[in-house]
Amino acid sequence: MRIKKNIATSENGFIFNPATGDSFSGNAIASEIILAMKTGIAADEIKQDILQKYEVTADQLDRDWEDWMVQLKEANLLEN
Amino acid sequence: MIIAITGLNANDNPGPGVAVIRALREEFGPALTIIGLSYESLEPGIYLDTIVDKTYQIPYPTAGTSALKDRLEYIHEQEGLDLIIPNYDAELYNFIKIAPWLKSMGIKTFLPNHEQLDARDKINLYEFGKKHGFSVPADYKVSNVTDLTKAAEELGYPLVVKGKYYEAYINHTADVAQKSFHLLSAKWGLPIIAQQFIKGTEINIAGLGDGKGNTISVIPMRKLYITDKGKAWAGITIENDDLIKLAQKFVKATEWKGGFELEIMCDADGDFFIMEINPRFPAWIYLTAGAGQNQPAALVRMAMGEDVEPFTEYTVGKMFIRYSWDHIIDIADFQQFSAFGELSVAKVNL
Repeated sequence: MRIKKNIATSENGFIFNPATGDSFSGNAIASEIILAMKTGIAADEIKQDILQKYEVTADQLDRDWEDWMVQLKEANLLEN
Repeated sequence: MIIAITGLNANDNPGPGVAVIRALREEFGPALTIIGLSYESLEPGIYLDTIVDKTYQIPYPTAGTSALKDRLEYIHEQEGLDLIIPNYDAELYNFIKIAPWLKSMGIKTFLPNHEQLDARDKINLYEFGKKHGFSVPADYKVSNVTDLTKAAEELGYPLVVKGKYYEAYINHTADVAQKSFHLLSAKWGLPIIAQQFIKGTEINIAGLGDGKGNTISVIPMRKLYITDKGKAWAGITIENDDLIKLAQKFVKATEWKGGFELEIMCDADGDFFIMEINPRFPAWIYLTAGAGQNQPAALVRMAMGEDVEPFTEYTVGKMFIRYSWDHIIDIADFQQFSAFGELSVAKVNL
């Protein structure tokens, strides 16, 4: 699943969908992940980077990632 | 350049006049003189001396074109008008009718014709959609409670009940729908429209057609804050090619001349339904100037005979947030306008 290319993010976690006018407040990590997804970095690579940077187990990250993708889908931020 | 403008009622259900004037002042600066045309003495725009230079009262549309011509003739003698921009749905019929007479007096307009006006009327909107391939919610013209009951059986609840010119209510039961029917028929006359309810996101599009099928400007806006009257109190420009194509299709199909607003509902599947087509600029029109496509200014240029190239870009994510403001005036101003039907705020001495 790829994130829509026109989604705008700011460093402080603000996310704006210019096609719908929806905006969301995320945290800095959310913004960082969206930015990585927009540039086409694969999910596995992003997750690997998170595992290196933060204290989180691979299992926990997988669960969180699934939840993250559901949120992105519900927010209409993913390509169909 | 001297331009007369209606729609000065900048209240909680505002007319577009003040916003149109702001856009024009931004473009044309001090070279512009604005003559307000007002129906009532408590329209706020009358008393805003940075908005209007002078305001004249004009007769209600129901008084007919003869009364309107008499009044405009007097105003023209005083001010030497170059252009009139009417901004209310209910007055457009008369202004279109007298447009040739205005032209003979040297006063320009930039308006659709009566056929174009009628085609997009709420009463004809469903047929208009069918004819031109637009998705429009099913509706019924309702002249009595029996008709309303039949419409509700067909369309179900919630049911949208709309006034002939303005106002609409979403009704969840037959009792409430009947109350809306009586309220709107008493206020705006018959028929009223019972329309299928579409759940979704409200998007409005402000547009400008050149009368030859070309779209000069399109700005789509997502409503962010909606008042209990269904008006946008805050909104944001959005980027959506399908919405722009929809507006262009409307202009091409009708060869629309002048400003217009498409009221769109985007349902859960992302399909667009045209809920209404307003034959004039919306009250949020100043956002088009803020986003880089000053539609009122472009209309003025076309009305004055200039060739205007279609805009191609605008700023996405530009927002407007409307606010209320207690403007203090002296009773002398109010008295002047109420008694004499004309007022230049800066010229009233206490």
